[in-house]
Amino acid sequence: MSFSKIAAAGTVSLLALAGTTQAQTQIDWWHAMGGELGEKTEALATAFNASQSDFVVVPSYRGTYTETMTGAIAAFRAGEQPDIVQVFEVGTGTMMAAEGAIVPVYQLMADAGVAFDPSAFLPTVVGYYTDPEGRMLSMPFNSSTPILYYNKNVFAAAGLDPAQPPRTWAEMESFSRQIMASGAAECGFTTGWVSWVQLENFSAWHNLQIGTLENGFGGLETELTVNGPVQARHWENLARWQQEGVFKYGGPGGGADAPPLFYAQTCAMYMNSSASRAGVLNNTPDFEVGYGMLPYYDDVAGAPQNSIIGGATLWVLAGGSAEEQRGVAEFFNFLSSPEVQAQWHQDTGYLPITQAAYDLSAQQGYYAANPGADTSILQMTLNTPTVNSKGLRFGNYVQIRGIIDEEFQRLLAGDVDAQGALDAVVSRGNALIRDFEAAN
Amino acid sequence: MQTKRTIFGNKGLPYLLLAPQLAITAVFFLWPAGQAVHQSFLREDAFGLSTTFVGLRNYRALMDNSEYLNALQVTVVFSIATVVLSLGLALILALAVDRMLRSAAAYTTLLIWPYAVAPAVAGILWWFIFNPSIGILPFVLEQTLGRDWNHNLSGQDAMILVVIAAVWKQISYNFLFFLAGLQSIPASLREAAAIDGAGPVKRFWTITLPLLSPTTFFLLVVNVVYTLFDTFAIIDATTGGGPAQATNILVYKVYDDGFVGLNLGSSAAQSVILMLIVMMLTFIQFRYVERKVTY
Repeated sequence: MSFSKIAAAGTVSLLALAGTTQAQTQIDWWHAMGGELGEKTEALATAFNASQSDFVVVPSYRGTYTETMTGAIAAFRAGEQPDIVQVFEVGTGTMMAAEGAIVPVYQLMADAGVAFDPSAFLPTVVGYYTDPEGRMLSMPFNSSTPILYYNKNVFAAAGLDPAQPPRTWAEMESFSRQIMASGAAECGFTTGWVSWVQLENFSAWHNLQIGTLENGFGGLETELTVNGPVQARHWENLARWQQEGVFKYGGPGGGADAPPLFYAQTCAMYMNSSASRAGVLNNTPDFEVGYGMLPYYDDVAGAPQNSIIGGATLWVLAGGSAEEQRGVAEFFNFLSSPEVQAQWHQDTGYLPITQAAYDLSAQQGYYAANPGADTSILQMTLNTPTVNSKGLRFGNYVQIRGIIDEEFQRLLAGDVDAQGALDAVVSRGNALIRDFEAAN
Repeated sequence: MQTKRTIFGNKGLPYLLLAPQLAITAVFFLWPAGQAVHQSFLREDAFGLSTTFVGLRNYRALMDNSEYLNALQVTVVFSIATVVLSLGLALILALAVDRMLRSAAAYTTLLIWPYAVAPAVAGILWWFIFNPSIGILPFVLEQTLGRDWNHNLSGQDAMILVVIAAVWKQISYNFLFFLAGLQSIPASLREAAAIDGAGPVKRFWTITLPLLSPTTFFLLVVNVVYTLFDTFAIIDATTGGGPAQATNILVYKVYDDGFVGLNLGSSAAQSVILMLIVMMLTFIQFRYVERKVTY
């Protein structure tokens, strides 16, 4: 703790030294975008700084999502917090509960007198980050949703129609078996983010409740309910398919081993974030990639519903001066303008957060030139979100994600059956949610 | 009773000379440790906005927590395996190099090399070698023995992986000390034993090993502390404590609960317990094991 305080204080003083013009108000922005995404992120700040002369946004890369969030929290405890911090979606519960530490975006915009229309945003994106009254708490920045990527060359070699991705899990299995039998590929499919894709999105996509009280949006007394029969059936299938080689497990968390399985043509299909699109295209020069929506069980009523998002939003931390907050409001206004959003969306594969940005991209001919780039948006907006598919919000969710991974691993290792694994997710997860409730 | 002692004319001088060391201990150990003890009695939200004094509740919760008890068990297995293997292999290598005449320097340099590798880098290295989808070793194992290596699913495979990575990293250090220890054993003792008819094995057990005991004892203490604390980076870079917490050692759990889970109270309580365990182990080692050491 003491070390982070010193480190944070050091960074802040360095940033102060680096400030260019004294007259401009400096706005510190901590983010977790490394590599190419980092360059695009810094470019946004540069563009904003060039567009006006009152404020200077100083972006600063703070490591992974977890490191950025915990770093900002440690800095807050030391009174050295940045104005804006990028927090991943599973940190939403923690940030929201920290009343007094954060400034909700709706309030920020009203206080600063910046014109702001929440209805311009895509409901499925913004819905994740609103309070029960529908007011926006944080600024969506990089949101994505999982989609299906498939290898068209392998499909053709296996005698399947390369233009037709599987729509249902039954097709997923039969296509996989045909591919394996033909020798076109060794395995049917793999997946990144088991927790996010094969449980959270799976539930939303089938219009199944993830937790009580509107998936946790309604209050801290929520309880997980992901151990229903449909989820158990799906996990049982995944375990069986793993045994039979139809499915290959790519590891916990993001599933670091999943992308190479798809790139090396070991597995013919792959489910992961729509923001993986650029990475997929860069790594697959030898074959053509097709895009599809997530598969569903066609005998489940209400499926397919709509998928939910992942990614991160920008939170405003309390403690900045009124002038700094006005600068943040102006910056957010800049970020949500159609031109900036459309460019960001096209450069990175993240979702556009406003309808106008999507329309602009379409008008610019982006989707016509890049088939599959709009799969994510079509899937997200397939139906009006229900209480089950609006998103989810639970305290201590970072750890609960870890529990989902652990129980899935126990299932695949044969230590427990699917129902047992999901029951354990629910009971262990609920214990953490109770802890969170007690601490807040 | 009379004792021989040096008399300092200036009463303040000894304290002044000790001051830098004491200041470092205070700033980098006593102060943070005190904060951890304080924090362990509190329940706090991540931002520190609401703080409640909960007494020993964080400790009691740990005692009922099957994950914590699992971490304890994992730590025992991991520590014993790592200490025994790294000491054993280092001793064998040191004995081998000790017999060399001209090539000893070259072997020594090669064997010390891994010590220059940062633990996180060592972790990544082994992660690549053992990676189930892109690693060379699982491929070879599959082709030759038909063994399906997957440390993402098998807790046993994961444990083997982290033990190998931790042992590999520590062998260099142990080797260096063993070699120095061996070279300080007078050759005349071994020669005398040889003349008396003791074979190489007997000479090792009756002469080399007892005379090496101060080195072995020192390394035992250092290695136990190493497995309990310094292996954090290796775990973080290879398995992240998984699968299903099969390699979640105590120090990693402290980090995971505190810095990822933001449960500072429980994390602080765990670090206090870990500190007590290490103090106790060191005490036992000095009190009981050291008696058997012949200097």
